[in-house]
Amino acid sequence: MSESDLSKAELPLWEIFVRGQHGLNHRHVGSLHAADAEMAINNARDVYTRRNEGVSIWAVESSRIAASSPSDKEPLFDPANSKVYRHPSFFDIPDEAGSM
Amino acid sequence: MYAQLVKTDGKGVKPLDEMTPEERVFQQRIDDDQKIEPKDWMPDGYRKNLIRQISQHAHSELVGQLPESNWITRAPTLERKAILLAKVQDEAGHGLYLYCAAETLGISRDQMFDQLHSGKSKYSSIFNYPTLTWADMGAVGWLVDGAAIMNQVPLQRTSYGPYARAMVRICKEESFHQRQGFHIMMKMANGTAAQKRMAQDALNRFWYPSLMMFGPSDKDSVHSAQSMAWKIKINTNDELRQKFVDQTVPQAEYLGLTVPDKDLRWNDETGSYVFTEPDWDEFYAVLAGNGPCNKERLQARVDAWNDGDWFREGLLANAAKRRAKQGEAA
Ligand SMILES: [Fe+2]
Ligand SMILES: [Fe+2]
Repeated sequence: MSESDLSKAELPLWEIFVRGQHGLNHRHVGSLHAADAEMAINNARDVYTRRNEGVSIWAVESSRIAASSPSDKEPLFDPANSKVYRHPSFFDIPDEAGSM
Repeated sequence: MYAQLVKTDGKGVKPLDEMTPEERVFQQRIDDDQKIEPKDWMPDGYRKNLIRQISQHAHSELVGQLPESNWITRAPTLERKAILLAKVQDEAGHGLYLYCAAETLGISRDQMFDQLHSGKSKYSSIFNYPTLTWADMGAVGWLVDGAAIMNQVPLQRTSYGPYARAMVRICKEESFHQRQGFHIMMKMANGTAAQKRMAQDALNRFWYPSLMMFGPSDKDSVHSAQSMAWKIKINTNDELRQKFVDQTVPQAEYLGLTVPDKDLRWNDETGSYVFTEPDWDEFYAVLAGNGPCNKERLQARVDAWNDGDWFREGLLANAAKRRAKQGEAA
């Protein structure tokens, strides 16, 4: 039994997004390894859509994805907390005014 | 259980007042049923333990293809062949979902393969038993996938987001596996006398190894206590084993087969079966590498990896060549 050579390059990691039905957004379903985009799409077909789970696949190399970090949570999302007027329920409109 | 013996580094569960502030916030999130995501802070022990557990689980799915792929070319009908092929392909998928989940914790795919190939990382003892007849395909689907479902359904609620989501995908696919196995058993048990004998023989051989899948009793284990506090283990091994026996015995009766346990009896008070424990010495021997098929299984994985080496290299070379041709902007 030979130990595999870890100095060898690993196939890059790709994130896979699948559109479940026409009219829906693509949704992240998981990741996989592939040498290039074509292989990523082919592998995604086998790994993530064996039961008709999709009508379209996006594959993005994981290293190309920029992500916010958990420590950014407050500066990024807290300002929205104080802006409740962005929600329609903030405004009391009498029933007599009709549907709105 | 596909991860039968996962040891933690800790000496048990730390009381809240001995935790660092970070650890306390973390434990609070888990107690509140919040999911932990890859970039969130987590204790080192949680990360290490999860890597061990998820990679054991992934290896089990991968090695678990071997006993069944043994029968693909010899399935009795074209339909059974297509079904078995789809089932084995699902198990490959399960392995891939789980490897991805483990990779979010900072271990690479090739590192995990290396741990499997070198024997450092384990896989479930059940896959070191041979599949001798077609009835074994029935017994494996019915009992082995049945036991796996018992273990995996609660893990859909595990605290680590990527692991929980992988388990949701897996559980959706498992019920097909168990039902196709039971269907084979139904055919065999209602077939000729010889077929019924094969079905009984398969049950005899797979019963105790299936009970071993849940791992030894862990009601007093510090490792399990910590894993349960972290919600990466939801039930004790004994609880799950009992549930499995209670579900499976009536199914055996339905098939007209006999569970190979003379002392098996129903206990009216507890509303469950009293059964004989498997031989735990055998379990530890199999886990240590001395089961009937350990060498063959591991060798098959190592060969598959080594034989694919030139191909992976070619794929990477081709991708690099194409990138160079198109320029990085592509
Ligand atoms: Fe599976
Ligand atoms: Fe399965």
